Amino acid sequence: MAEATPALEIRDLHKRYGQLEVLKGISLTARDGDVISILGSSGSGKSTFLRCINLLENPNQGQIYVAGEELKLKPGKDGDLVAASNNQINRLRSEIGFVFQNFNLWPHMSVLDNITEAPRRVLKLSKAEANERAEALLAKVGIADKKHAYPAQLSGGQQQRAAIARTLAMQPKVILFDEPTSALDPEMVQEVLSVIRSLAEEGRTMLLVTHEMNFARNVSSEVVFLHQGLVEEQGPPEQVFDAPISARCKQFMSSNR
Amino acid sequence: MNWEIIIKWLPRLLEGAVLTLELLAIAVIAGLILALPMGIARASRNLYIRALPYGYIFFFRGTPLLVQLFLIYYGLAQFEAVRKSALWPYLRDPYWCAAITMTLHTAAYIAEILRGAIQAVPAGEVEAARSLGMSRAQSLVHIILPRAARIGLPAYSNEVILMLKASALASTITLLDLTGMARTIIARTYMPVEIFFAAGMIYLVITFVLVGVFRLIEKWLRVDATYNSR
Repeated sequence: MAEATPALEIRDLHKRYGQLEVLKGISLTARDGDVISILGSSGSGKSTFLRCINLLENPNQGQIYVAGEELKLKPGKDGDLVAASNNQINRLRSEIGFVFQNFNLWPHMSVLDNITEAPRRVLKLSKAEANERAEALLAKVGIADKKHAYPAQLSGGQQQRAAIARTLAMQPKVILFDEPTSALDPEMVQEVLSVIRSLAEEGRTMLLVTHEMNFARNVSSEVVFLHQGLVEEQGPPEQVFDAPISARCKQFMSSNR
Repeated sequence: MNWEIIIKWLPRLLEGAVLTLELLAIAVIAGLILALPMGIARASRNLYIRALPYGYIFFFRGTPLLVQLFLIYYGLAQFEAVRKSALWPYLRDPYWCAAITMTLHTAAYIAEILRGAIQAVPAGEVEAARSLGMSRAQSLVHIILPRAARIGLPAYSNEVILMLKASALASTITLLDLTGMARTIIARTYMPVEIFFAAGMIYLVITFVLVGVFRLIEKWLRVDATYNSR
């Protein structure tokens, strides 16, 4: 029986900054409904890896497939690979959600406008359709009452939930979370994690870079441990957390308990 | 202080103030429109696009407005081609010479204000737009420029007030703007203290109103709120 096309597949991804090789060939496959947590100490390349997937950073080598469609790359000026087709990368980005550590909401727009902007401009939804979609999402992430507020008037946790709603409004096939709770005060971490957990339970395909070990263990279908730009350990959470094979991973797990 | 003289000549001074405001409005609005493509080009990552408006900005920021005014008002008439062109009815008129020079001059400054504002838009906010699938142009029009407008507005209002004062130079090419009118009245009345005092007060009032108007615009665009965000 032929396997279903994976939602996201990355092959042999390399990224260099000058002489420093941050990613030394990472491959990863996410099937529909997978929740893959990416762990590793700082500097291991987790965020860079995530940012290379939708070309917020340009990789130097490698292939990226979204639902079986290869992202066309061509050599750029600095020896890296850039998108060969603007149309394709814009379309694929609209299908890959990205949630930032620092939320990156647009501060001059209300929460509602933050969420409706991309669906209206990119998906060409009418204002009424986009508003309807946004209000449903705001209710889902629990800040329906904040739709007319501006980002500066929200707490960090509320801002991140609004940013997640903004990403969901594009109805992405895959969502990438880049340390979504790292910029939050401790008491706000849980409200964001519970939103992410409910997304996982809906069967959404997600890649999650995080330092929340317990959360990663509970919510992931697979855990990837990066070390110095390489996949050091990979498998189901029970294996990576409780019985890691690699010594580095063992050490990391015991020091992050 | 002879208040009667001031009151007597106030209507004429206000006539001059109207001309000053006309020149100012033309310069800062047309200047803004002219500066928009230049500022965007200056903020480009492409060296050649960035270099394109540089010569223009270098010239207009590097030479005095008075020299530019003389070059256009006295200088252009020397060229046969200009005198025979369709634009001559405008270029022979000191009003249009002043309006054009002030526009070209302030556009150079506004372009640099805009460049700074565009570059001050946090990279993460632009990444957010791109990560949602917005094209470069869509990000520019819908996210970067509205955001840059708020960042650059205080500097732009400053430039408008500078241009108000710089417009006094129009009086050197025979225009009866507020300063020109004041000098003409003084030539007749020999009352420099009263008349220049009155003209100065009118400039102050205009500045006061402009500051208030820009404060309202800042409030309306929520410029403050965009700085409080973490």
